Amino acid sequence: MLNLFTDPNLQWILVGSMLLGLSTGVIGTFAYLRKQSLIGDTLAHAALPGICIAFMLTGVKSIAFFMLGAIISGMIATVGISWITRHSRIKPDAAMGIVLSVFFGLGIVLLTQIQHSSYGNQSGLDKFLFGQAASMTANDVYTMMGVAVLLVIACALLFKEFKLISFDSGYARGLGFSVTTLEQLLLWLVTIAVVVGIQAVGVVLVAALLITPAVAARYWTDRLGMMTILSGLFGALSGALGTWISAGTENLPTGPLSVLTATAIFVASVLFGPRRGLVAKLVRRYSAKRDWEAAENVKQASGSPSSKKKEVSA
Amino acid sequence: MSGFWIMLTGSLVAACCGILGCFLILRRMALIGDAISHSVLPGIVIAFLISGSRDSFFMLFGAAVIGFVTVFLIQLFQQSGVQSDASIGVVFTSMFAAGVLLISLNAQHIDLDLDCVLYGEIAYVQWNQLSVGGMEVGPKAVWLLGITLFIIATIISLFFKQFKLCAFDPALAAAIGIPVALFHYILMGLVSMATVSSFESVGAILVVGLLIVPPSTAYLLTDRLGRMIGLSLIIGVISSVAGYYTAAVLDASIAGCMVCVAGVLFLLAFLFSPTQGLVTRKLRHRASVTREAY
Repeated sequence: MLNLFTDPNLQWILVGSMLLGLSTGVIGTFAYLRKQSLIGDTLAHAALPGICIAFMLTGVKSIAFFMLGAIISGMIATVGISWITRHSRIKPDAAMGIVLSVFFGLGIVLLTQIQHSSYGNQSGLDKFLFGQAASMTANDVYTMMGVAVLLVIACALLFKEFKLISFDSGYARGLGFSVTTLEQLLLWLVTIAVVVGIQAVGVVLVAALLITPAVAARYWTDRLGMMTILSGLFGALSGALGTWISAGTENLPTGPLSVLTATAIFVASVLFGPRRGLVAKLVRRYSAKRDWEAAENVKQASGSPSSKKKEVSA
Repeated sequence: MSGFWIMLTGSLVAACCGILGCFLILRRMALIGDAISHSVLPGIVIAFLISGSRDSFFMLFGAAVIGFVTVFLIQLFQQSGVQSDASIGVVFTSMFAAGVLLISLNAQHIDLDLDCVLYGEIAYVQWNQLSVGGMEVGPKAVWLLGITLFIIATIISLFFKQFKLCAFDPALAAAIGIPVALFHYILMGLVSMATVSSFESVGAILVVGLLIVPPSTAYLLTDRLGRMIGLSLIIGVISSVAGYYTAAVLDASIAGCMVCVAGVLFLLAFLFSPTQGLVTRKLRHRASVTREAY
């Protein structure tokens, strides 16, 4: 495991995973508070048709084109979800499910088209879908660095607005903010984070990067600013630990390890969170019970026998 | 003949998913099918490692056990105060990560194809025949799905009133003495069963699609639960039959085409549903405005 500090390639991966965890953790906080945790899963699946179309149009396996295609189809998917929820009585979760499955189905149809036609070897597409954090290069890390900085700055600048639409969008509308625009903007930031994340951990696991750190952070604080910072830290920590463990052992991929590290942080938070954690709740219940028992004892020792006598005599 | 078996399998999946999907949509748990179909991965891998065979019985058993564990964990975290969507997300991603990890730890012993688990291949359904006493009596998948559909239909029709009340007003159901938690677990158990028995033959994506899209389409067309289930069945069957022919014309993935057809049907209902449609409501609005103007 010592080679982590000497091997330059590993350092790149470490920096990349940490930055990715940081930015998805920060943006995931807002997704969690807006009860859209599973948006990451939806957008990751919705990226597939975009990637396929990008490949069909350009005919080259370029990460840049794939990302562009994925971001465009992700943005179309977010517009679709907002449309369905705004113009019909379909609930947000069902709208996400519809967009997820139809986009992914379309993507698979396109994928089989690519396989059956003369586009040649499409193995790069699979790698893009299942994630290859171990083969991250300096270029990928530069992209991630850029995206992470962009996301964090955007969240910092629009912190107040995002806070408002996360907690009370009606009030935000009353104050004259364009809630629809802000919501759409937030969804697009999520899309960018997801598309970058797909490269590192794959389609299915990218949802965890958004949700798990945010839920864990929720257990430690009631303040949004603190929660955002904690969530970013948890994300970065799980990225770093995942990379570290995967570097030390053979045959262990980075993505799943990062996700499981985040899950471990989440379970620890559920157990040991200061006020909402299970242990804290048990301690509180126990001490309340003891106080009550003590009070009962005092009552029985002093006042209650006489009062009972009175009842009997009455 | 192969076309017939594929369409029959697709329709059976559509029927299982169509019935259960209606209740999931009403309870706002649409994405639970997605979660279960992904989180069964470690169950399949463990079953494969223990039994050492690719026999579908062991895999089904492993998947079913893990499906129940998933449902239980989601419920557990939800009760300890995690939002339901977040609890679904955390549980299924962790399970999937554990599955991928197990596969890569035992990569030399396993020739499981990750793609196959996720996408399935409905076109191969007919090659896996069930034989009784040397006689071939139809594809295994058809029998499995037929039995699943029978169980689902029986349980749902026996307890239709209870399920209906739990879907619309769980508080009232609890107040009049219906064990809401028990019915929740029964429903989740049925979803888990449907997902597990479908995904081997048709892939996770078709299960998720048929679990959500046809019931949502039906939801836009009617206000009655019974009619909604019927419509969702019909839409599901139309999607699988039309999807098969579309796939044959385009020479593309059958499961993908079935989901796409379901998506097109949803779009039509979204725009032109007699009561809920976007276009119909606009037209009605315009008509009433002109009427008032006179």
